[in-house]
Amino acid sequence: MHRTGELYGHFETLDQQRESASLGMWIFLITEVMFFGGIFLAYTVNRHANPVAFALGSNTLDLRLGAINTGVLLASSFTMAMAVWAGHTGKQKLITLFLILTLVLGGIFLGIKTVEYAGKFEHHLVPGSSFHIPAEDVSAAAAKADPDFSAHAQLFFSLYFGMTGLHALHMVVGAGLLIWLIRQSMQGRYTAKYNTPVEMVGLYWHFVDIVWIYLFPLLYLIDRRHK
Amino acid sequence: MSATESRPAEQLPEKHYLNADYGIRSWLLTTDHKRIALLYLVSVTFFFLLGGVFAGLIRLHLLTPKGALLSPEVYNRMFTMHGVAMIFFFLIPSIPAVFGNFFIPLMIGAKDLAFPKINLLSWYLYMIGGALALYSFMSGGLDTGWTFYTPLSSVYSNSAVAPAVLGVFINGFSSILTGLNFLVTVHTMRAPGMTWFRLPMFVWAHYATSIIMILGTPVVATTLALAGMERLFHLGFFNPQLGGDPVLFQHLFWFYSHPAVYIMILPAMGVISEIIPTFSRKPLFGYKVMAGASLAIAIVGFLVWAHHMFVAGQSAYAALAFSFLTMLVAVPSAVKTFNWTATMYRGSISFQTPMVYAFGFLGLFLVGGLTGLFLGTLGTDIHIHDTYFVVAHFHYIMVGGAVMGYMGALHYWWPKMSGRMYSETLARFAAVVLFVGFNLTFFPQFLMGYAGMPRRYHSYPPEFQIYNVLSTAGATILAIGYILPILYLLWSLKFGPVAGRNPWPSTGLEWQTASPPPTENFEVTPVVTWEAYDFENRPDLGLDKPVIPAGPASGHD
Repeated sequence: MHRTGELYGHFETLDQQRESASLGMWIFLITEVMFFGGIFLAYTVNRHANPVAFALGSNTLDLRLGAINTGVLLASSFTMAMAVWAGHTGKQKLITLFLILTLVLGGIFLGIKTVEYAGKFEHHLVPGSSFHIPAEDVSAAAAKADPDFSAHAQLFFSLYFGMTGLHALHMVVGAGLLIWLIRQSMQGRYTAKYNTPVEMVGLYWHFVDIVWIYLFPLLYLIDRRHK
Repeated sequence: MSATESRPAEQLPEKHYLNADYGIRSWLLTTDHKRIALLYLVSVTFFFLLGGVFAGLIRLHLLTPKGALLSPEVYNRMFTMHGVAMIFFFLIPSIPAVFGNFFIPLMIGAKDLAFPKINLLSWYLYMIGGALALYSFMSGGLDTGWTFYTPLSSVYSNSAVAPAVLGVFINGFSSILTGLNFLVTVHTMRAPGMTWFRLPMFVWAHYATSIIMILGTPVVATTLALAGMERLFHLGFFNPQLGGDPVLFQHLFWFYSHPAVYIMILPAMGVISEIIPTFSRKPLFGYKVMAGASLAIAIVGFLVWAHHMFVAGQSAYAALAFSFLTMLVAVPSAVKTFNWTATMYRGSISFQTPMVYAFGFLGLFLVGGLTGLFLGTLGTDIHIHDTYFVVAHFHYIMVGGAVMGYMGALHYWWPKMSGRMYSETLARFAAVVLFVGFNLTFFPQFLMGYAGMPRRYHSYPPEFQIYNVLSTAGATILAIGYILPILYLLWSLKFGPVAGRNPWPSTGLEWQTASPPPTENFEVTPVVTWEAYDFENRPDLGLDKPVIPAGPASGHD
């Protein structure tokens, strides 16, 4: 399979190539929706079945860090959109700049996530033999309403780690894609005529952002109580 | 065939996709969709034979009521590995990965699929998944059933569940990427003049299949990942001891696995829709309805999953809804069967091997489909759920339907892929042997299932022995029906007569290029000016003018 300039040999025109890439990325994102959808469904069903334990679980999550992360990701989507705009208008230096900014913001997100995870380990909120919620955090009413409280709370944290872990994995892949794009962009590969990879990674990045927009309210915000 | 006899003996083309490049790297690093198709052909055949060995062991064991061959634990591993190998590593890839890959670009006049490198990646993902499954099998196998129900699979089983689940998980991405590739290809890579309603029905069938692949497979990936994590990290999604719900697993699992059976049958239906017009010399009856029916099967197929769970404790209202939808999903399949029959009506029918397989498909798919209705009926299902009636039903569809379609495709397109013809007498004989062996194997299973013999049991009451003996006898005949084609097809590669460009002849675009095709498929990008299956307006096929007027070409029924 050979390439003449930007055109791959099995395509007839650059337009056909770009359309194919775009349709392919959108279909891939649809599969990602179904992929996350499965685990979101598991979460929804379990939240409905165990409201007390899950409410407590939500309240142990750090709202401030989660909110900061939400802002960070939204900003990264903005910088990514700017990179795509720069690609369309052929502003090569700006493409690189905005891609780097996006990568940095993504890195900040992952860093804050690491801090959150570390906190969970510290406070014995990781499912398994060391799981322990201190008695003063569990109201008498809650313990009475749900005799299997600890098991259901562990279920919340299993889903928490599963969902945010899967999301973080996708962010890491996105970061890898950004690094690749930055290297290509620094070599001047992307012009107003050919900037498809920037656009495609942009689509992917926005999708990963949207997943977080759903994760944050579902995990952090529902049944939030003022301390 | 009078059309070809008068032509002089043809030569194989000098340069084609098979001799374009030599060496192992040119195969393992190829991006040519035709070579990738052959890579898949070899690998799926391996898993088919492996699954067949497991089946043989099951049937041997079941010759006697007490089951003298295998212990209960090993028996459980046999039927599990049979199911996993056959479903995930043979049936689901089979027609799409071999014939879809090979022929979709040819049928639409393209040089390759939209994403050739992703196509190769699909094969490698399949191989990695297969290797993991093999590793599981060789570490003693797994005993959970191919359905991996929790908490047996995620907590209690002492078998090699994790590698198998990981293997199936990775294989799922092979499926997803293939579906993605097909969808984009059909949208963006059609040659000039190849409009949507001039596409061969095979392409429509794979389009519908691809929709299922991309929407359903990710869900089973998540589900298996959750079950795997539950097993490895002792989490509690599906384990009642830890507050989880085993029925949630079933819902998530069947949400994919029911549409998966349509992934297995739709491509076979597409093959039949190619074979029957060719060997009736008549256009496919009701082209637009056939295309619509394929899409309807794909969509409605997503709405019926809980008919696998009628006895799992769901509410009567849910069961009612799913039963009703199950009746609905049978309708487009029935419409297709009627349309195939109508295609043959007043056609000029010849019984070459692909047509023999198509006839086999029609009869066996009919039986399988009708018995599916019995299973979908709530009251009857209580009696026959988890019995051999179910086993017979799905084997009639998956073997009598899908595998017949696969064998038909293999024999229909062998001349195009290899440039050679096989021995027609031997092939027809093998097809009949297969048909007889199949019915002897599986029809008694309907009877014993209805009489109460449960599935997945390693021993049974003595009154069922006669059915089991008949079934095992049939299985040996069935095996011959599968071994023979491997032998004569391989033989034909060296010694078979040269087939020529369009031996049948057929109206499809793939028959306009050489056999075997050149790497770039067409010397010049074709411009399509004819309707699909239009035998009347194709003088290039060299057919005698039909005495009875043929039906109108598609789009004008």
